[in-house]
Amino acid sequence: MRHVQKNIVPIVFIILCSVGFYYSGLSWMFFANDLVTRLARNSFLVISLIIPVLAGMGLNFGIVLGAMAGQFAAFITVVYNMTGLAGFLMACVISIPFAILFGWLTGILFNKAKGKEMITGLILGFFANGLYQLVCLIFIGWIIPISNKALLLPSGVGFVNTLDLKIWQYAIDKFYVFKLKGITIPGLKYLNNINFPVLTLLIIALLCAGVYLLFKTKLGQDFRAVGQNRHIAKIAGIKVDRVRIIAVIFSTVLAAWGQLIFLQNIGNVQVYGSHVQVGTFAVAALLIGGASVSRATIGQALLGTVLFHALFIVSPLAGKNIMGSAQVGEYFRVFIAYGVIGIALALHAWQRLAKKKNE
Amino acid sequence: MGNEFLNRVGIPRLIISLFLAFLVAAAFSFGLPMGQIFSAMLTRFGMNALLVLAMIPTIQAGAGPNFGLPFGIICGLIGATLAIEMDLRGFTALFFAIGVSIPLGAFAGWLYGLLLNRVKGQEMTVGTYMGFSIVSLMCIFWLMAPYSSPEMIWPYGGDGLRVTVVLDGRMEQLLDRFLSFTIYGMDVPTGLLLVTALSCFLLWLFLRTRTGLAMSIVGSNPRFAEASGLSVNKYRMIASILSCAMGAAGIVIYSQSYGFIQLYQAPLYMALYSVSAILIGGASLQRATITQALIGTFLFNGLLVIALPVANVALNSDISEIMRVIISNGIILYALSRKEVGGDAR
Repeated sequence: MRHVQKNIVPIVFIILCSVGFYYSGLSWMFFANDLVTRLARNSFLVISLIIPVLAGMGLNFGIVLGAMAGQFAAFITVVYNMTGLAGFLMACVISIPFAILFGWLTGILFNKAKGKEMITGLILGFFANGLYQLVCLIFIGWIIPISNKALLLPSGVGFVNTLDLKIWQYAIDKFYVFKLKGITIPGLKYLNNINFPVLTLLIIALLCAGVYLLFKTKLGQDFRAVGQNRHIAKIAGIKVDRVRIIAVIFSTVLAAWGQLIFLQNIGNVQVYGSHVQVGTFAVAALLIGGASVSRATIGQALLGTVLFHALFIVSPLAGKNIMGSAQVGEYFRVFIAYGVIGIALALHAWQRLAKKKNE
Repeated sequence: MGNEFLNRVGIPRLIISLFLAFLVAAAFSFGLPMGQIFSAMLTRFGMNALLVLAMIPTIQAGAGPNFGLPFGIICGLIGATLAIEMDLRGFTALFFAIGVSIPLGAFAGWLYGLLLNRVKGQEMTVGTYMGFSIVSLMCIFWLMAPYSSPEMIWPYGGDGLRVTVVLDGRMEQLLDRFLSFTIYGMDVPTGLLLVTALSCFLLWLFLRTRTGLAMSIVGSNPRFAEASGLSVNKYRMIASILSCAMGAAGIVIYSQSYGFIQLYQAPLYMALYSVSAILIGGASLQRATITQALIGTFLFNGLLVIALPVANVALNSDISEIMRVIISNGIILYALSRKEVGGDAR
């Protein structure tokens, strides 16, 4: 019973997804293939949230800036026409300086707003989006010259809404695709005919191992110490502000790569839209996996990604079949994303207040 | 002396004022129709004033700016759509809409207040996301609710209400045109400004009653308030109710002046714009006055009104929406990153 209580959020969502799947009328093969694709595409972004959570900074809505860094790198590879796997890897490398700069600035801001990191990160995301639009819509082609006019709006200023990324679409997803066939063992036969993007999944596994190992190092222990109690950490000789900035930089760089993995699967970039919801969706996924504002594990991140995106796949059709309108399903999943975050944050604040009262 | 002046005016307020003055000068030198621009400024000011004033009660009660304003706004939208559903016109429609909105908004504010009192210290984050979720939940409502007025549902089938409902002939600019007159080519929306003045006066009166004063004490020093027998939760609840009710009435006034009711995702970021307006006016996350709200509303909206034509001439591109995003969120970040001064005892 205690197990159920502890994992109530994922359990509720497993039920919700199952009901949704039943009513959506989707075939298992379509559903599972879509789910694997989405897991490969999104889990990197969700995992990028873990380090700041453990460093006591809450859910880093500022990963939107990481996504922007990734997109800037993607634009550069498009302008210089870097193709294939090399082009994708180049984008990952180019995104690093951008992401470090953005992460560093975010970290400084978070240090000035201790205890209010989440709202600050959220507003920072909106603010940065304004600056991003200023660069992409006004400066590109005016202050920053672009030789390839096909990338620009007819006026010659600003990027077009959708930039094609065919040059490195599926660079890692289709590097090696594994597909099981002809398995007849009862429980396992559901794995038949599902495409596994092996390299992408391998990269995600490496990231998981990396995050796990990071927390075994001195730096990782510092993250934890700062997360548990800033004052004690400071007395123990840890440079708290510096550690917090490093945590945010890690998160931002990972988010930049996560966004690039996302884009190489999608195959185009909505210049003014691809990054906007990154923070909200990643945070919602992490919370659905059972994480809280102060506690998150890799397992929760992966489980949350699966459940959140399962809901994404089934809800339009389920909405159509239950309520007679696909739009209802669309709005429902947006509501779930926001609602889960709102409730998780409220519960966290509530519990903290109750704890304070008991002391 | 210089520093003292800066502190009193506030750096952001100074920058924005100078920027606004610069843009007005630019507009003048480009030979833009200043009369129209100034009347648009006055109208936008009146449209938004009540929504910004709605921030004052919660700030004063120590719950921070009301990021949960969508709770109230939604109720205002229900009131306005009901007025059209019942085929009302003119002032009847307007008063009906406001009359329905205020109690609904107060009820929503009560619910929101219950939540606020359980999440002290995290009101802003929780409020923002609860606001977002109620807006997306209401999207489903607009889609499913059994409205039947042909002015509001899609003409050729399709589910639910339209994204924007035109108020033409219903209550479009009713207050704006009431007693309005033209001076130096500038249309003055007298009725709208009178309503704004009335709202300010009522709020001013309320803040000076026993309840209002107690509310401010609760905000500025909760420990002291508790010690002198004031129930902190009760006054925070009153502030939340008042704020959401003002938000509900505010959106009706906004809509009638705008000429459209905007449904679905439209209210999503409205709280943020109101928060930034009051902060631009010089308020902090802990203290706000009516004057600050009015100054902030005027500066923020004035800037947006004038930026559009000036940028069109100077840059040949529409930069005003981008500027709105940068300024409004920038000012909130500035307020968040400032060291909190004063008697916050949490």
